[in-house]
Amino acid sequence: MTTTQDVEPELRRSNALRESWIITQRDLLHWVRQPAGPIFNLLFSIMLLLMFGFLFGGAIEVPGGGDYISFLLPGMLTLAMLFGLESTMLAMTTDAAKGITNRFRSMPISSSAIVLGRSGADMASSVLGLAVLFGGGLLIGWQISGEVGAVVLAVFLLLWLRFALLWVGIFLGLRFRGAGATAAIQVLVWPVGFLSNLFVAPETMPGWLGAVAEWNPISATATAARELFGNPTGSMGGILADNAVLMAALWPLVITLVFLPLSARAYRKLRA
Amino acid sequence: MPTVHSPHQSLTYSLIASGLQKSYGDTHALDGFDLRVAAGSIHGLLGPNGAGKSTAVSALCTLIDVDDGSATVAGLDIRSSGKQVRERIGLVGQAAALDDILGGRQNLVMFGRLFGLRSSAARARADELLHQFGLTDAAERPVSTYSGGMRRRLDIAASLIRTPAVLFLDEPTTGLDPRGRNEVWRAVRQIAESGTTVLLTTQHLDEADQLADRISVMNHGRVIAEGTPKQLKRRLGGGRIEVMLEDGTRLTEAARLLGEALGTTAVVDDYSRTVTLEVPPGGTGLMSVVRVLDGAALTADDIALRRPTLDEVFLALTDMPPAASVADSSPDSADRTAESADNKETP
Ligand SMILES: Nc1ncnc2c1ncn2[C@@H]1O[C@H](COP(=O)(O)OP(=O)(O)O)[C@@H](O)[C@H]1O
Ligand SMILES: [Mg+2]
Repeated sequence: MTTTQDVEPELRRSNALRESWIITQRDLLHWVRQPAGPIFNLLFSIMLLLMFGFLFGGAIEVPGGGDYISFLLPGMLTLAMLFGLESTMLAMTTDAAKGITNRFRSMPISSSAIVLGRSGADMASSVLGLAVLFGGGLLIGWQISGEVGAVVLAVFLLLWLRFALLWVGIFLGLRFRGAGATAAIQVLVWPVGFLSNLFVAPETMPGWLGAVAEWNPISATATAARELFGNPTGSMGGILADNAVLMAALWPLVITLVFLPLSARAYRKLRA
Repeated sequence: MPTVHSPHQSLTYSLIASGLQKSYGDTHALDGFDLRVAAGSIHGLLGPNGAGKSTAVSALCTLIDVDDGSATVAGLDIRSSGKQVRERIGLVGQAAALDDILGGRQNLVMFGRLFGLRSSAARARADELLHQFGLTDAAERPVSTYSGGMRRRLDIAASLIRTPAVLFLDEPTTGLDPRGRNEVWRAVRQIAESGTTVLLTTQHLDEADQLADRISVMNHGRVIAEGTPKQLKRRLGGGRIEVMLEDGTRLTEAARLLGEALGTTAVVDDYSRTVTLEVPPGGTGLMSVVRVLDGAALTADDIALRRPTLDEVFLALTDMPPAASVADSSPDSADRTAESADNKETP
């Protein structure tokens, strides 16, 4: 058996980034070893895309005119970011239940690595999810007419939303560890997703509902993405629509500013 | 000037806890918890469900903050030197802390790299540990396909990547079948031989008896008795002598004679042709039993001195049955055979 003396000279100093990367790699290995889960998730988002695009799409009119598929796609991309919340929360609760979180915490590694590693893995999976929806959308006739810089900004804003929701997922996963809580979130993301402008323009909704949908943070991202991709926004103007890109930058910032400290606190409370 | 060599505490004790307090609302999970574990020994922390064993382990592993009290692990204060403590411990928690999707080797390589090993060193160490724990053949399989015993062994292997000074095992055999349990016991003994101090929590009295050099019996957040398994058994009294007679018709007569000779009452069981006598602490009385039987021309098929089991110690110390005792106590006859093999004294 190797003794500590044999091992010690080989040891690297604790380094949060290296440790985060190792934890991220663990998730990437999951994809390789058990691709069924991620593939199912991707197929599910494609199915939603086809369902809305063709099943409901014919009956939905975009205010201000325009092709529904091109209206829908930025909404679907935003929805994928929202749904990412579930996988973050699920991954956190699963690791806590299995004791993996505690093993990490009993090791001489930086405490931020556990959370940063989770972020890395989830952001990587979101990039992949976006890419698949992008391809699927283009195949069914999504038209991108925005400039390259605008398109890049749109993708960045989508991932910025995902980054903000990461902290919501981490907070919820640390704070509510039961399987019931995860199931509740899996249900609750649906009304949050639908009470927005992702599928239907708020203009067509009853007044109060339209207001809720318009102020829904994810609506800001969808509108900004629509503008930047050069797609119909379905909006007749207004302060929110006029500042869509700003709002898409601000909302996730606010969410991050609230939930990142909450996550850090929930993490510290594991010690309580 | 002669050097005054004062043996520093940390050289003799790998774990010292004094007066640890930890409350969750009204629950005093730790309520003045004291512990001393000699370096290189296996220490059993024995207690029923809810006694505070996991809380004690979590506190010593620096996973939770205690409300009061102090503790050192490998000579380091758990409050002020958390990170250094974590560099010297291994934790095998109550839930197996493994990635089910990854293979056994992938798990060990991941944890090894997190411990600071370079990839190549982590792979080499993983292979070594897989070999040591008999998991080489299963190295590539996802952990979800492992048996309970294999998972536990991998779990233990993962906590040994850096050969810890102190290894914490929180109920390592709970939920394992006897075979898996034996595998884990063998692994624990092997680890202790290599010099690592082991703190093992268990609800299983026979487990503590089998593995531990010393045992702390714990209930309601504090240690209520401490000693070697033998000392703890003695605390309850001398035990019992069981005499199985060849001639079942003379049981009453034998009981009267033996009871008079030892100054205790004898209990007769017709079915097993056995006379049972309580022995006072310290004494054995075996010699007088033999003399009485000889004098009355009674032939014994079997004479056994039965020391109290830890089960009985436990019941006496905690006034409550340990959760595990009902399900786990072996049938009385099997129990007796094992005990008489250990304790029979040749007159
Ligand atoms: N995080 C917690 N929150 C509330 N109560 C807890 C927590 N952890 C432990 N307890 C309580 O503290 C007591 C001791 O628990 P524990 O240390 O897990 O016991 P054991 O491991 O001996 O079964 C129990 O009553 C348990 O319910
Ligand atoms: Mg426990």
